[in-house]
Amino acid sequence: MQDSSTTTPETLVTADGVPLKQKLIQSTRRARLRALLLTLPLVIFIIVSFMIPIGQMLFRSLHNDTASSVVPNFAIAIQDWDEQGLPPEETIKLFVLDLQEARKKREIGKTVGNLATRINYEIPGSRSLFTSSARKLARVTEGPYTEALLDINKKWDDPVLWRSLKRATNDITPYFYLSALDLKYDDEGNIIEADELYQIYVSNFVKTVRLSATITLICLVLAFPVSYLLSTLPLKTSNLLMILVLLPFWTSLLVRTTAWIAILQTEGIINDILVFIGLVGEDGRVQMIYNQTGTIIAMVHILLPFMILPLFSVMKTIPPSYMRAASSMGAKTFTAFRRVYFPLTLPGIAAGTLLVFILAIGYYITPALVGGEDGLLISNLIAYHIQKSLNWSLGAALGTLLLAIVLILYWLYNKIVGIEKLSFG
Amino acid sequence: MQGIPGAAVRFERVQKSYDGENLVVKDLNLDIAPGEFLTMLGPSGSGKTTCLMMLAGFEPATNGEIFLNDRPINNVPPFKRGIGMVFQNYALFPHMSVAENLAFPLQIRKMSKADQEAKVKHALDMVELSEFGNRRPAQLSGGQQQRVAVARALVFDPELILMDEPLGALDKQLREQMQYEIKHIHENLGVTIVYVTHDQTEALTMSDRVAVFNDGVIQQLSPPDVLYETPHNSFVAQFIGENNKLTGTVASLKDGACEVKLDDGTMLKADAVNVNAVGDKTTLSLRPERIEIYNNEDLDNLIEGTIKEILYLGDHLRVVMDVAGNDDFIVKVRNKSMGWNISEGQKIKIGWSAEDCKALDAVV
Repeated sequence: MQDSSTTTPETLVTADGVPLKQKLIQSTRRARLRALLLTLPLVIFIIVSFMIPIGQMLFRSLHNDTASSVVPNFAIAIQDWDEQGLPPEETIKLFVLDLQEARKKREIGKTVGNLATRINYEIPGSRSLFTSSARKLARVTEGPYTEALLDINKKWDDPVLWRSLKRATNDITPYFYLSALDLKYDDEGNIIEADELYQIYVSNFVKTVRLSATITLICLVLAFPVSYLLSTLPLKTSNLLMILVLLPFWTSLLVRTTAWIAILQTEGIINDILVFIGLVGEDGRVQMIYNQTGTIIAMVHILLPFMILPLFSVMKTIPPSYMRAASSMGAKTFTAFRRVYFPLTLPGIAAGTLLVFILAIGYYITPALVGGEDGLLISNLIAYHIQKSLNWSLGAALGTLLLAIVLILYWLYNKIVGIEKLSFG
Repeated sequence: MQGIPGAAVRFERVQKSYDGENLVVKDLNLDIAPGEFLTMLGPSGSGKTTCLMMLAGFEPATNGEIFLNDRPINNVPPFKRGIGMVFQNYALFPHMSVAENLAFPLQIRKMSKADQEAKVKHALDMVELSEFGNRRPAQLSGGQQQRVAVARALVFDPELILMDEPLGALDKQLREQMQYEIKHIHENLGVTIVYVTHDQTEALTMSDRVAVFNDGVIQQLSPPDVLYETPHNSFVAQFIGENNKLTGTVASLKDGACEVKLDDGTMLKADAVNVNAVGDKTTLSLRPERIEIYNNEDLDNLIEGTIKEILYLGDHLRVVMDVAGNDDFIVKVRNKSMGWNISEGQKIKIGWSAEDCKALDAVV
């Protein structure tokens, strides 16, 4: 009897005649299913606590119904307006009725104040116009509503105001991205640079990237020799030193940061010592905290282990015979280091710098505590908008831009270094 | 200065200690002639690798002086010694291609691009890897990596090449092949090679001379055949090749020949190599293949033993016997077409000539 698999080699079948590929899938299905089930808790956790919030952030940065929920009927009608002169009487009637309704309901999140705040982002100083007009409109019971509105305040006779109302009541808006990039709509609806006073975000993004790069570089310079030492010492000693490196991890971040305040402040330990040994006078105490210097010092300290660990793990795998081989072939110590040792540490350098940079670029608590005004990073501004000004959409837009910057840098990094070469240890 | 001038390498009263309490190398004196293939052979911890590292310059000598072409090199850093070296795990740079690895020492010497290419090509041809210049070391097999390592040590034309257990990571067959290749390279180029190994077969097949190390001291420095035929002491006899030990006391000693009374009373004639006086304790060393079990009536020594086990190994039989109190006495019996008429448990007479039986120092 001839085996069918030998006669038709294109479609291999098992002894029972079932196609081999199908049988293979069947036979490994249980194992694959079990593996999938084991990862399920993590997958669910990531989706619930990570993917959904990020999706919500992306949505919120583009979608804002603060204004339209106050004046729902007007919000729909105004979108048909051609932006010439004032909106038609019918639309303004809806506006007045909606405002009256909103005043009566006083439902949380849907008060006139919310609408006023939203327009106030675009036309600073217009807040009182809304609140006072809404109060006076309560007495208006019949049309023409346009005239009634203009009687209350002449400012309503301005197409700019209505155009900004139209934009604000449109739920989907790039407005917050424009704000986050220091741009705004001018009166005609073109995108222009924001007033100089309000240009704070782009410079802050630049500052954040610059500070993060500085911190990463300092970490690398400090961590490289330490990692080298750790990797060459005998195991007993290197383990002990490794505990010292890891010790900061076991201390609260807050404690470590506040410790720096005690050390660096003008009445702090370092300044006291400097004054004591006479290097600076009592009135010449150095300002080392509540500025960029403070942020850099404290963050280098906190992020240093993230540089040391991947570097150490890579250096540990470089046998000393490489340097010896280079030396035996005539390379001086520095040449051997530059040509042989250093290139082999690149995966560790790449991993360490990426890790530290990405951690630094989104760091919040340390700059908030020791950064003063000058040392604030973009995450502090995001926190401000989420917690204080409650402009969640702007916060979300800033956060999304930060995410985009990180992803772009990551992509560039992958192009230049190659992510598969990274070694996090 | 001891020794003759003109040695390629000279160790003079070299001592080495790592901890200040124990000497790893004790008073080493060794001359290596130009063009010689010298093997340092010994068990691990015998000091052979330490000697190599001191010669390469990676470890300083605690005492004594090492000379390279009559020039003291104790204070010369490794990169100025101009010694080629093949490392145990090859130490090929993983981030460079094979050709770049080979060009490395040439670039360091600021050789022109054209010369570099010519030399790299020549070196690759020599180890028959001309096709593999663009590969990374990780893409090569162990044997190929080994050849690249040899080529890299040769490419800048050093007069002296050190090899630190270069074949240790290869399988048996490849190891044997590489032994021949290294031997041929040595013959063709006429370079001096100092080779460290713990594998006695490597030492015997490749070397001009072998220095057997133990306990930080050279036990014997001889050509391979002398080493095997006339070991100077029990350690060398035991370490090189297979060896049967019989312990006893010297009963008579005359003109380099002696009679030894074994612990069980048997008297045997032996070649007195390392015994001084009648009454000395001694160890008799006897190669398994020199023992005869057939037609042995006219041999110097005849003794009866019990066959405990017979192992069939194709070309020969390995017979484990109980002889004069040594129950691990090995006899190699050549496999002849007429077969063998011995069986386990049988008592037979075996014999050997006095020349093949060396009376050495007693093993403590």
